[in-house]
Amino acid sequence: MIRFDHVTFTYPDTSRPALADVDVTIPEGELWLVIGRTGAGKSTLLRSINGLVPHFSGGTLRGQVLVDGRSTATAPPRELADLVGVVGQDPTSGFVADTVEDELAYAMENLGVAHNVMRRRVEDALDLLSIADLRHRALGTLSSGQAQRVAIASVLTAAPRVLVLDEPTSALDPGAAEEVLAALTRLVHDLGLTIVAAEHRLERVVQYADRVIAIDEDGAVRAGDPRSIMTDAPVAPPVVELGVLAGWRPLPLSVRDARRAAGALRERLARTTPPAPTHIQPVANRAVVTTHRLSARYGSNVVLRDITLQLDAGEIVALMGRNGAGKSTLLNHLGGLLRPAAGELTVNDLRPYTLNPQQLVRNVGLVPPDPSALLYEQTVHAEAVTADREHHLDPGTTLATVDALGIDLDPDRHPRDLSEGQRLALAIAVVVAPAPELVLLDEPTRGLDYDAKRHLTVVLRALAARGHAIMLATHDVELVAAVATRAIVLADGDIVSDGPARDVVCHSPVFAPQTAKILAPGQWLTVAEVEAALIA
Amino acid sequence: MNPRSLHPLAWWLWALALGAAALRTTNPFLLGLLVAVAWLVVAARHPNAPWARSFGSFVRLGVAVMVVRLLLQVLFGLRLPGHVLFTLPSADLPHWAAGVTLGGPVTSEALVSAFSEGLQLAALLACVGAANSLASPYRLLRSMPAVLYELGVVVTIALSFAPQAALSAQRVRDARRLRGRPHRGLAGLRGLAVPVLETALERSLQLAASMDSRGYGRRAAVLDGRRRLTQAAGLIGALALTIGVYGVLDEAAPGGLGIPMLVVGLVSLVASLILTSARSTRTRYRPDPWRWPEWGTVVAGVAVLAVLVVAANVDGDALRPAYSPLTVPALPLLPIVGVLIAGLPALLTPRLPEDRL
Repeated sequence: MIRFDHVTFTYPDTSRPALADVDVTIPEGELWLVIGRTGAGKSTLLRSINGLVPHFSGGTLRGQVLVDGRSTATAPPRELADLVGVVGQDPTSGFVADTVEDELAYAMENLGVAHNVMRRRVEDALDLLSIADLRHRALGTLSSGQAQRVAIASVLTAAPRVLVLDEPTSALDPGAAEEVLAALTRLVHDLGLTIVAAEHRLERVVQYADRVIAIDEDGAVRAGDPRSIMTDAPVAPPVVELGVLAGWRPLPLSVRDARRAAGALRERLARTTPPAPTHIQPVANRAVVTTHRLSARYGSNVVLRDITLQLDAGEIVALMGRNGAGKSTLLNHLGGLLRPAAGELTVNDLRPYTLNPQQLVRNVGLVPPDPSALLYEQTVHAEAVTADREHHLDPGTTLATVDALGIDLDPDRHPRDLSEGQRLALAIAVVVAPAPELVLLDEPTRGLDYDAKRHLTVVLRALAARGHAIMLATHDVELVAAVATRAIVLADGDIVSDGPARDVVCHSPVFAPQTAKILAPGQWLTVAEVEAALIA
Repeated sequence: MNPRSLHPLAWWLWALALGAAALRTTNPFLLGLLVAVAWLVVAARHPNAPWARSFGSFVRLGVAVMVVRLLLQVLFGLRLPGHVLFTLPSADLPHWAAGVTLGGPVTSEALVSAFSEGLQLAALLACVGAANSLASPYRLLRSMPAVLYELGVVVTIALSFAPQAALSAQRVRDARRLRGRPHRGLAGLRGLAVPVLETALERSLQLAASMDSRGYGRRAAVLDGRRRLTQAAGLIGALALTIGVYGVLDEAAPGGLGIPMLVVGLVSLVASLILTSARSTRTRYRPDPWRWPEWGTVVAGVAVLAVLVVAANVDGDALRPAYSPLTVPALPLLPIVGVLIAGLPALLTPRLPEDRL
């Protein structure tokens, strides 16, 4: 169906190829997963399938990409629209119409599909993705899970034979991700569609893949059976790490397969000491944050309802819940960006929304979902110098913070040229340099690979050890398992559970990390814990 | 009558006729009634969508226009004789600014006349607002011939730009506060433009990629000769139309130039449009039907205009009351009945389906 014939692609003004001699054939009706480190060229590979690379991006493509016999060298993306459907990383930025139904019809109108066929295909797409109830909704009012499904439906109506998806579940909460993945497997199984998807959250998708393409940093690719590729892939989900650790053959890719193989390991672990709280415990019972019956509203919509909680110094608190449950709203209140509609909120006995910017940064540091919004300067060094000057810190404080957190950065690089993980680390260092007692992170793992996440874990623990109270809003249960001391689950504006992270996540079918699911009823959260227990 | 939404063109024609009627009168009672009727129809038939709440914004804009009109009258307006309310200090302007007055006595006659002129503009804005709330410009352009479709896409994207820009501006302001920088006032405004524009550009690139991948701009193959014919027809049409308009407007132009050239221009432009449409292979999903409620709505709008044109010939003073000496304007029966006709679509058009309310 798709043939990469010795494809080498180089972006303009770079010397290193993004794809180097890719020679792969993707047969019809299979789901292929593209994996690799951040910035390794996953999106480039995906966009070359319908000719966006090179027709849209510029650059030099050697070799050729054939889709159903048509070469992308001669056919621009619009001529391949009836064959390849592409959904980008941020589906909302690709919406053209104003309601769901019109959006679904858009591609067909361009292709000149007959009216009766259009009607039928729109209804079919609405059913396939279970979005029939959204048909008249304005696109701007959709949640991110709904928007992702509408975006997929809007390319499906053109009846393509290939579907290309860039990070289809990264921005979604676990529940919404399940819905999207269920829809995708249905398309492969029932309709024989060929799907090529890139994804960082391997723990969610690797079990559905027929084949995996791994892209290395130098642009070279390996394609093959998921089990064989995953054993030495540059990135791997916990289930694979556990399988490698325990030496299971064949390597399990799903929780179900792993549980079948894990009987012996569970018995052995039952005899070891149960996992002790490996994380730093609160250094002191000194409250940094207290809220009392905090409420927030957007218009008539209640987003937070009577939230009463306390955060102590040295705690790492994970804030979880569906998209739209009020996580960001709570963080933005603590971070001094929003004024509570009702109730009390204090950070260090100060009300954050009344502070001027200079006082605010000394008490609260908030890293927004897109950390690059915090960075202004041309180089890492200039950024650190500006931060020192603006916050009246001793020269060198910010760079010293970067070192103290174990972050390795080239001071002469432009912040935009850093990897996502490095950029996040720099933003954290800049925010932490004035020594605020409360550090807040909103969706810190968006776009991070496993390696960058491990690094983030180290940074967060270092911060907690220095006595900061940390709260992070996240969908990433593996990060919560690795770093949080306490977990709070929000639903519909209420706190529905609040307690030690181990208890909260292990007792929830949605928020349990893979290791916990495999080794239940034992409450093991991470592969590292298991490894430590086996050695002891 | 099955619930459905009315053809957007019907709403826009109705509203434009209503707006044209508003320009025929300065009688504040009639103008007030006109706005009330427009509001009634909007309240009865507007769907539940973000753009459908714009009637209120347009009315507020109209009020602002009235206030500005009154202020201008007080500061720079012509001195109408009559009851002096108060006197502003006046300045003598140099001779090259003759005709402009600054300050001086302000009469109640002048204020009332400025008020009714401002009300006329406000009523016009309310009519545009009504059209906007009843049918989005996007839906209107979508129902146009294929040539205008691409214009419709541009309008949609432009409409989504403002809320997007507002969102990214908010994000940048938040980021500035989080970095301990001033985020309010002038100091906060600096440093806002570049990141907001950057986001907007990034977004438009993503949108362009998405549109291209979904077949935007696909064309049927055409012969070279036919393409040249299309271009020639368009060019000739535009030229002839320009000459024709000149001929009609300028009485000194040679006779017989105006109307024939207008006809030639229109015919070749339409021919060029039809030729271009044939090149496009687009089809249309669920086009809105045009049935008798659409006709009724358009007729109701045009009827108001017709009644006011007739009434102006019968009793012009009632439609354009003179305010010196200061009198309460008359309440003419015929125009009032005429304006009420415009409210009929609120009753005679089909209701909207439940899920769009």
